Amino acid sequence: MGKVLVVTSGKGGVGKTTSTAALGAALAQGGQSTVVVDFDVGLRNLDLVMGAERRVVYDLINVTQGVIKLPQALIRDKRLENLFLLPASQTRDKDALTEDGVARVIAELREKFAWVICDSPAGIERGATLAMRNADAAIIVTNPEVSSVRDSDRIIGLLDSKTVKAEQGERIEKHLLIARYDAARAARGEMLSIEDVLEILSIPLLGIVPESQEVLRASNIGSPVTISSTASAPARAYQAAARRLCGEDIEMTIPSERKSLLGRLLGRRAA
Amino acid sequence: MNLFNFMRRASSAPVARERLQILLEYERRMVSKSDLVAVLRQEILAVISRHVAVDPDKVQVKIDRGSCVSLLEVDVEFPNSSAARA
Repeated sequence: MGKVLVVTSGKGGVGKTTSTAALGAALAQGGQSTVVVDFDVGLRNLDLVMGAERRVVYDLINVTQGVIKLPQALIRDKRLENLFLLPASQTRDKDALTEDGVARVIAELREKFAWVICDSPAGIERGATLAMRNADAAIIVTNPEVSSVRDSDRIIGLLDSKTVKAEQGERIEKHLLIARYDAARAARGEMLSIEDVLEILSIPLLGIVPESQEVLRASNIGSPVTISSTASAPARAYQAAARRLCGEDIEMTIPSERKSLLGRLLGRRAA
Repeated sequence: MNLFNFMRRASSAPVARERLQILLEYERRMVSKSDLVAVLRQEILAVISRHVAVDPDKVQVKIDRGSCVSLLEVDVEFPNSSAARA
């Protein structure tokens, strides 16, 4: 039986899709079968970030409605053979997703894969609550910025009340992933520090992903950053987070870009 | 003056932190309170309607949260004619 994760945040643009792709690839690289599921009906983007946008034929709604079988909708990654994508529908209405349909598909995915990672849409509406509904654990992606932290707090409240686990009186596991962190700005007092965010949200820290040009580059070329640039600072942060998810005890550090002197002088990434 | 402005600009994080702490303390209270009131109201209404016919709009549930004790106020109004079916 696999484990179901939801990657959520409330606020849009904080890095849910990037993190879903990067963690999914990192878990698959660790030898575990993984599927990433896009719940953002009408605004799907996980296919694009994974570089599979031209291979989408069927989607999550087709499977929940029983129009096709699950294996027909799963897209196998071209780089990692144990990584799969289940895309969202781009044309249908989000109301086409039903609670029962989603529960059935997640149960089937849980049988087939070690990890099922659900990429939640932004907001706190139906799409977001359906994405978190069947999760065993949640990864809350937060930027060190006031509106993101506030929305994360709201999402934590929903996780504790609207999920199947919560309704059964169990606790849903929660992990904080701080993305777009700039250690230098935090040190100068210009950005909320890791300690500030942890104290305010008081959930355990899964990882710290530094602000990096590599993330944009990865999405430009349609590859999770953990595949396209394995040694980069964000990739190392995601790799460590993936290992922590697997139960490994890894010291929490803030990875930084390794720049050569020439690279610094030229103001660009060293080759 | 320039130095003062520079110092003030640089340390905006503590301001962010304090604003968030105050806001979230308030919002967490509001969310949990409104949920509790809604649940209580629904259940109280169900129990009362088993015995007397009440207009749902005439059932008021309020919670006043104080620092040491909280006060739960339930106000049920029903016409005399509908009383005591049981």
